[in-house]
Amino acid sequence: MNVPTMADMMAQGKQPEVLFWVGAAGSYDDRAKKISRAFVKILHQANVSFAVLGTEESSTGDAAKRAGNEFLFQMQAMMNIEVLNGYEVKKIVTCDPHSFNTLKNEYPSLGGKYEVFHHTQFIQNLISEGRLKIDESTLQGKKVTFHDPCYLGRGNDIYESPRDLIRRLGVNLTEMKRSKSTALCCGAGGAQMFKDAEKGDKEINILRTEDALETKPDIIATGCPYCNTMMTDGIKFKEKEAEVVVKDIAELIAEANNL
Amino acid sequence: MQYLPNILFAIALIAGISFFVMNIRKLFRNINLGKAIDRTDNKAARWKNMIKIALGQSKMVSRPFSGFLHIIVYVGFVIINIEVLEIIIDGLLGTHRVFQGFIGDAFYGFLIGTFEILAALVFAAVIIFWTRRNVSNIKRFLSSEMKGWPKTDGNMILYFEMVLMTLFLVMNATDTTFQQAGIGNPISQFIAPLFDGFSLEAMHIVERTAWWIHILGILVFLNYLYYSKHLHILLAFPNTFFANLKPKGQFTNLESVTTEVKLMMDPDADPYAAPAEGTEAEAPEKFGASDVLDLNKVQLLNAYTCTECGRCTSACPANLTGKKLSPRKIMMDTRDRLEEVGRNIDANGGTFKDDGKQLLNDYILPEELWACTSCNACVEECPVNIDPLSIIMDMRRYLVMEESAAPQELNSMMTNIENNGAPWQYNQQDRLNWAKED
Repeated sequence: MNVPTMADMMAQGKQPEVLFWVGAAGSYDDRAKKISRAFVKILHQANVSFAVLGTEESSTGDAAKRAGNEFLFQMQAMMNIEVLNGYEVKKIVTCDPHSFNTLKNEYPSLGGKYEVFHHTQFIQNLISEGRLKIDESTLQGKKVTFHDPCYLGRGNDIYESPRDLIRRLGVNLTEMKRSKSTALCCGAGGAQMFKDAEKGDKEINILRTEDALETKPDIIATGCPYCNTMMTDGIKFKEKEAEVVVKDIAELIAEANNL
Repeated sequence: MQYLPNILFAIALIAGISFFVMNIRKLFRNINLGKAIDRTDNKAARWKNMIKIALGQSKMVSRPFSGFLHIIVYVGFVIINIEVLEIIIDGLLGTHRVFQGFIGDAFYGFLIGTFEILAALVFAAVIIFWTRRNVSNIKRFLSSEMKGWPKTDGNMILYFEMVLMTLFLVMNATDTTFQQAGIGNPISQFIAPLFDGFSLEAMHIVERTAWWIHILGILVFLNYLYYSKHLHILLAFPNTFFANLKPKGQFTNLESVTTEVKLMMDPDADPYAAPAEGTEAEAPEKFGASDVLDLNKVQLLNAYTCTECGRCTSACPANLTGKKLSPRKIMMDTRDRLEEVGRNIDANGGTFKDDGKQLLNDYILPEELWACTSCNACVEECPVNIDPLSIIMDMRRYLVMEESAAPQELNSMMTNIENNGAPWQYNQQDRLNWAKED
């Protein structure tokens, strides 16, 4: 798979249209890596000139910040900003709402000012510019429900971009009882992904999976690698792997277009 | 002696208002104990928020049933207060229904008639509220932080409203000339028959008694506000005005940290350099919050504004799955501690004397703070834009940066980020391997 780095591009004297910020999950997590690859396939199909930082990318510091470690966050941020500004990056796209939120909202006051897109927004733009089409026939009739990532939805008021893409897949979108601004968290945010939950009577991802299963979906669509992990674990816990799959919207589009 | 009632009324009015003003000053003093924060930018958006959310109750109706009932009580409260103005003038001047002469019988009748209908609606709504709190099993009214005073407080407010509305209607029902005129009494005409057989004089005594208890009750209620969760009827306005306008996902970048990080990353910085002139005397800044004095003014205003409705807690994923965290409790604890600090200052001649207590541990436990997913559901839910998440985050910052007291797994996560730029222990050189697989 051809994934150019900014360093390659620079060596060739080229400046890509957009930087793909892969994020830690998209780089290392086996499930999330598939999302990164699906998104790259879409970028290739739409002939987008893009590049990644590769080994020069480092954690945005989101998890450290939400865990309370502002020092570590700002050190990460300033290191990343130095790299990004060094490459004169103007536009960034990412499949991770946490990176999206941090890069978009928390980097500017530290000197990192970029135009930042969540991949669902970016793909939506590709479609409206006529650079990409989604084949409506492949997934026709499938029942899909969408789980809003907190840092995309409530965090940044983006509810429509992912839904617009899902509708373009030709599937039936059914909303959960808690959706959009009242959506329930998957349980991973605020650095919870990296620790056990406090004592309680249930895991948050199980409660959210139950919300999703109530809509009797074929597919639970997500727009965040961490939500994806939580919902996938929830489906396994409920022993529904045979009936329900958890897929990122990028994966669904890649599947629809046979990429 | 003829002016005795006027004088008594004036004394009651002045005493009631003075005591209220005294408490409001204390409230301002306490809020101003918080750290400065600039929330005066973008005034147009702030006014708009205040008009839409506080005045227009736009977020209340996200839960249609309680939202609708609340709007009845709110509209009733605001409009019926026009009548209080007349009562105050009557009381001071010794007049009776002074507005009637000015605006004519028909319009006066229309006004009082409207008030009566609203009073009846408020009464009904308040009965339903009472039932919801005491009879129906609504989870958010049964949480552990609602036991004791908070529950009593909630009920007291409802009893106040029931009594005040009843007195207003009884006062009208026993006003014989008002009933005989027959305009503006759509509700009280049905109460009047209860007093059939009363002599004119007895009727007059009942009417005067109802009138006096009604206005004294209002003054008592006004002063009850400061001691109750009911301050939201006033503070919802400044609270929505000063609320955060940035995207909810955006957390503040601590400036004190920025300065230090910049210094650390500057290859030319001299680590042994003497601090710049003027900075030496300053105490080192504390990172994060362990007590109310570390919070900012808007966070303290939030605490006083909270009316403990519990919508935040009922939407909190941690609370829904049985964890100790309740965003409402975070706000209630913040207020309780702030009041305690305020009393301490009052008792010690204007300065705070260390009482060996703080918001962290004595009120809010780390277990509550670490259960938060930072999902913003509580912030989204709050009908008056209170931000419990910002307090949770500031307290986490204290735990991590001042006490190094993060849960072990989070320490590992942070060590990994420091060592290899990812929350997991992977080699940074493998960061692009995903592109080569599949």
